[in-house]
Amino acid sequence: MKQMLNREPFALAAFSLVILLMPIWLTPFGANYPDLLQKFAIFAIFAMGFNILFGLTGYLSFGHAAFLGVGSYAAVWSFKLFTMNVLPAIVFGVAFAGIFALAIGYVSLRRSGIYFSILTLAFAQMSYNLAYSVLTPITNGETGLQLTLQDPRIIDNAFSTPGAGLPETNLFGIDMSGYPGFYFCAVVLIICFFITRRIFNSPFGLTLRGVKSNQNRMGYTGINTRPYTLAAFVISGMFAGLAGSLLAVTDPLAGAERMQWTASGEVVLMTILGGVGTLVGPMLGAWLIKYLENIFSSFNENTLEHFFSFLPEGLQAIAVDVSSLFVGEGWHLTLGVLFMLIVIFLPGGLMEGWRRLLRRFSGGGGGKSEPAVAVQPAE
Amino acid sequence: MDAIFLQLLNGLDKGGAYALIALGLTLVFGTLGVVNFAHGALFMLGAFCAVTFNKLLSLEKVVVDETQQTAWGTPLEVRTPYIESWFGEFGSFLLNYSVPVSILIAIPVMLLIGIVMERGLIKHFYKRPHADQILVTFGLAIVLQEVIKHYFGANPIPQAAPAAVAGSADIGAWLGLGDGLVYPWWRLVYFGFSAFVIAAVFAFLQFTTYGMVVRAGMRDSETVGLLGINIQKRFTVVFGIAAVVAGLAGVMYTPILPPDYHMGMDFLVLSFVVVVVGGMGSLPGAVLAGFLLGILQSFASMNAVMSIFPGINQIIIYLVAVVILLTMPRGLLGREGVMEE
Repeated sequence: MKQMLNREPFALAAFSLVILLMPIWLTPFGANYPDLLQKFAIFAIFAMGFNILFGLTGYLSFGHAAFLGVGSYAAVWSFKLFTMNVLPAIVFGVAFAGIFALAIGYVSLRRSGIYFSILTLAFAQMSYNLAYSVLTPITNGETGLQLTLQDPRIIDNAFSTPGAGLPETNLFGIDMSGYPGFYFCAVVLIICFFITRRIFNSPFGLTLRGVKSNQNRMGYTGINTRPYTLAAFVISGMFAGLAGSLLAVTDPLAGAERMQWTASGEVVLMTILGGVGTLVGPMLGAWLIKYLENIFSSFNENTLEHFFSFLPEGLQAIAVDVSSLFVGEGWHLTLGVLFMLIVIFLPGGLMEGWRRLLRRFSGGGGGKSEPAVAVQPAE
Repeated sequence: MDAIFLQLLNGLDKGGAYALIALGLTLVFGTLGVVNFAHGALFMLGAFCAVTFNKLLSLEKVVVDETQQTAWGTPLEVRTPYIESWFGEFGSFLLNYSVPVSILIAIPVMLLIGIVMERGLIKHFYKRPHADQILVTFGLAIVLQEVIKHYFGANPIPQAAPAAVAGSADIGAWLGLGDGLVYPWWRLVYFGFSAFVIAAVFAFLQFTTYGMVVRAGMRDSETVGLLGINIQKRFTVVFGIAAVVAGLAGVMYTPILPPDYHMGMDFLVLSFVVVVVGGMGSLPGAVLAGFLLGILQSFASMNAVMSIFPGINQIIIYLVAVVILLTMPRGLLGREGVMEE
């Protein structure tokens, strides 16, 4: 099984199967509705891209949401100016995010460690603040960029007369809402998985891992690491831009709050939660966080009372009181606690947990299983 | 001239808050080597100490006075805070001065919170990578702010400054600069307070034996340990002091900015920029950068500047941070060999 999965065609086929069948196997979890599934796919792309930078090179960027935001804005502008077809929107989103990442990465990568984190954070906060204030003509400030009836939409209008009401995003005539939207995102996710997998196994990926374990020594062996890290930064920025434009595809609206540093923090959480530097870990982290966000924030006192109805009266009241802290409005508390627990007890994330489980159950032999991949910081 | 002077003053109170938070951050980083993302949450907890104290003091006794009637014809309800009915004059004095008096409450509370935090959580993260420290304290910050949100709600809770310093000071008249120059008293008080706390921290580190040992530990904790001093214990106390400093900054800031649950995070991001600009591990650097960035920010929001560079007030701090980090790799006053590869 393990060997089979290591071969590309099998890995891709298995991955595609899992992704495309998500509406079926997520049914028992109550997560099989298109909106959430779209989010699963989109944030998986975001986290995967972030992992190319953080997981491989160890550079912890605290400003990745800026690229997500740029991708969203570029995509919505493409909808407004040219056509409602999603392909140009995605191309624009990725391209603009890539250029943006190139500029920011070029400057930020001159430093490493916490200085790099602060630099990326500073750039992202600048973008966020500007998007809110001075760039209002481009970003529509607090309201967020939306489609309007007055949009020129040059290409669409040249071929057909605009109908009444706002048009829907489409892929050559297929509406991108609901399940078609999810399958579109899913296909993009599979392509991204393919690219990420190739990067992980390439000499380029190995060089990036070298940067993570010891950048100095990489320098001593005569490799100029800067172009490599910059390439990784730009690629992960483009992934973020892709995720941003997909967000706009499924819901043509872009707001500045997507660029705020809390959003950057969220993708860090996803990656850590899943497992830094692993291929599918960040995706799992993204799924778990989005799932919990959806489930926990929808709970209220009534559902809790129902849930604890097996307990005697007094205990039930206490249980409901305590757990109501963690759900609904307070689901962030759950996130924070979960996050702390993961960092404290399972620094490798879900994938580390999985490996530990495998080791425990694989024939009781402790010593001969694969060595755990040590997570090391960038120096 | 007046406008420039006013902006300078405007920058001082904000700069004071940045400097106090950044001072604590640097202190923790310099002693324990921990990057504490929950430090902003300590600032917020301090502010909520003041809120809680004020709430407790203003618990009211409601007496229905049948002899008098309100405009609606219902019996008049006379509300007197218990504290006034118990202590009379002194009670109303306490209520009036609830913000400064809550400093007395905040000091032990924050010291306790700081020490518990260090012993309970941070202790286990000395040897872990900085990324892990950032992440776990970030998680803790989320937890703390959500708990506060649960108990105090999401809306800002305004706090009043004592009546004696509620108005504005006529600074123009003092300095002979014309009448237009008035400035809120409380902000002056805040500036003075932050200067006092900063001076106290520096005096503690510079002139006491305890502080001397701590400074030695910051340089080389191993050697200090070899000399038979339990440096870890002192560092824990230093963490507590950092928490107190952040908490006091929060307590006194409440009349300027009504506290809400995410104020800590808002200040934290800026304070981190301040620390890095000042130079990781440099205490004077943190203070200098705090005031510098506070003042720059207020200058950037002048209309004259805004008309030349629209939006500059939003990004000035980050812009300065980027420029300083790229040109002065160690920040303004950073020491060699701290957080470098």
